Amino acid sequence: MAYIISNLLLILVIIAVCVSKYIFNKGQNKLTKKQIKGLNQILITTCSVLVLQFIPAETFQKLDNYIFEDFGKYLRFACYLAIYWFIGKDVLKKSLVGFKNKQFLDENFLMAIATIGAFALAVYENGDYLEAIAVMLFYMIGEWFEKFAVGKSRKNISELMDIRPDYANIEVDNQIKQVAPETVKIGDIIIINPGEKIPLDGIVVNGTSTLNTSAITGESAPLNVEPDSEVISGCINLNGVLKVRTTKVFAETTVSKILELVEEASANKSVSEKFISKFARYYTPIVVGLAAFMTFVVPILNYIFTKDANFASWLYRALNFLVISCPCAIVVSVPLSFFASIGGASKEGILIKGSNYIEVLSKVKTIVFDKTGTLTKGTFEVQGIHHNSHEKEVLLKYTAHAESASSHPISKSILNAYNKPIDRSIVHKIEEISGHGIVAQIEDKEVAVGNDKLMQSIGVTPLPCHHIGTIVHIAIDKKYAGHILINDSIKETSAQAISDLKNQGITETIMLSGDNQKIADDVGGKLGINKIFGNLLPTDKVAKFEEIIATNGANGKVAFVGDGINDAPVLTRADIGIAMGAMGSDAAIEAADVVLMDDNPEKLSQAIKIARKCLTIVYQNIIFALVVKFACLLLSVIGFANLYMAIFADVGVLILVVINAIRCIFVKK
Amino acid sequence: MKKYNIEVDCANCANLVEGKINELPEIASCTISFMTQKMNIEFAENVNEKDALDKILKVAKKVEPDFEILD
Repeated sequence: MAYIISNLLLILVIIAVCVSKYIFNKGQNKLTKKQIKGLNQILITTCSVLVLQFIPAETFQKLDNYIFEDFGKYLRFACYLAIYWFIGKDVLKKSLVGFKNKQFLDENFLMAIATIGAFALAVYENGDYLEAIAVMLFYMIGEWFEKFAVGKSRKNISELMDIRPDYANIEVDNQIKQVAPETVKIGDIIIINPGEKIPLDGIVVNGTSTLNTSAITGESAPLNVEPDSEVISGCINLNGVLKVRTTKVFAETTVSKILELVEEASANKSVSEKFISKFARYYTPIVVGLAAFMTFVVPILNYIFTKDANFASWLYRALNFLVISCPCAIVVSVPLSFFASIGGASKEGILIKGSNYIEVLSKVKTIVFDKTGTLTKGTFEVQGIHHNSHEKEVLLKYTAHAESASSHPISKSILNAYNKPIDRSIVHKIEEISGHGIVAQIEDKEVAVGNDKLMQSIGVTPLPCHHIGTIVHIAIDKKYAGHILINDSIKETSAQAISDLKNQGITETIMLSGDNQKIADDVGGKLGINKIFGNLLPTDKVAKFEEIIATNGANGKVAFVGDGINDAPVLTRADIGIAMGAMGSDAAIEAADVVLMDDNPEKLSQAIKIARKCLTIVYQNIIFALVVKFACLLLSVIGFANLYMAIFADVGVLILVVINAIRCIFVKK
Repeated sequence: MKKYNIEVDCANCANLVEGKINELPEIASCTISFMTQKMNIEFAENVNEKDALDKILKVAKKVEPDFEILD
């Protein structure tokens, strides 16, 4: 029976090798020379073993008395030994080096001992040489496959992230020249033809076109650009010719930042990875120690008690142990899963800064949102000017000048509504009071622009507004001058995003906002947010967040989602900080642990999905590998396992977990 | 922090090498990523980096003969 199975297995190997040689060696991704050499080695060994298998020991016995006594027996031994050397020479050589370097527990050394032991046993019994060769053969197949799979997925993932531009076109003496993007300086004009990748971040000076941003944002909707639009490196120019003035050197561009971030990501090791490397540190020595115990101590004990040492049987069991003792299957599968997930996520425009963050992301139970720019569009529009004591135009002029130095979205909307050039000569002094507003000296007037608190602090009673929205009160020379109503609309995808998150088992959704409670309640209520806190100054946000962590922290991890503007302290304080709409915003990319390149909140639930899938696969692999290994260890102690089983526990498990780990790359929409 | 491209053949060896390098007095911290084949090294203060790298390579080669620092 075993004879038939082992021969079938060998035939299977031959078929698999031939097929993989045919399939994987086509097209652009040819196998390397080293890989082909390995395949040939495996193929030749398997074929010759198979041939030898069909010549039974009796045939050799007939030769026994030809030249000298037992000639046939030695000839058979020599044949197998030659094959063994052919397949195992690399491992044997390496183990010798390891031996010299006093690295006794490296896997080559273990394999060498196990196979030499099996060979010795076979000589002793003049029996089954196949076992030693098969162990070595399957070990080599496993090694080959591991390197192939890891190399292939590394390549695939790098291709996913293939956003690095190869060249930039610049104009020199009316001629277009291709240069390396690293050599382009800030302020140079670069030309981007249709179909080319944008090499550096910049501003369009000439031309209109449509851009494909999917490599950066994962979003397939095209983006229209015209003169004065900002363009981001890594996007592909679809139709028109663009002239772009660069705003960053290559090392500072979005593409370089993203690539650096993803490459660095695997240096932030997760708890599971640390657990596995710790586990591996103890596992191998323990199993090898047990093997030594079984070889030397058990036979002695046997001899003392039963007068039958049974040495060969226990040696065989110990060899099984050595084969199973390599922890490589688990050690490789865990980082591979995380790496594949990071790669798959980055294709969707979700940048995860490390394996540890995938782990945290999968355990998130509470999500805290910033309102503006996260759940709402963050593009404010002036809806009306009420209770004004001056002409609307005049009021708008004063307000716009007071807000002219601020980058806050509210200020921008006022500047947009004013829509005239700012005359800086009339602005004498601007003082920004965080969370309150601005007091400025404009012409000969003191203009205070801000919320209720600011008005009260300068002793002015503001008039309330009946509409829901952000109210900017204005006082001129400490007299109330009216207010401007500004509104921000909710993103179309926000409601769906929140309900998706709830379906995923996020138990609590919380919204923090600097706006008044009425606006916050209005937005939060429409979206189905559990808890809504308004009226928060930037510093209040951190305090409020601390409070949330204190109450919800025991329940699972707490994530904060913001747009990276004004909320960097909260992003850093959170178990996991997620910045969204970060295309081009360095501050957000730096402060957050997870970066969503576009501003679609639905990407959040996708990110959580990716993280959970990754962790599921990691646990599946760890548990599966451990169960199989321990089961085989147990079976070998009681004498039920043979070396084939042991090699399955090592190589078979390795192949299965690697295949399982690669599933992490695939991300469902 | 300095980054190096490396060649390391097996995941377990990468972990072992990382452990050994971290034991060196010249090194403040070292992480090796098997997946990206990269090594990040923070040298201790007042250390000649070239000598330290030679030492790293020597230590690493003992654990994994195929270990290489590529640049």
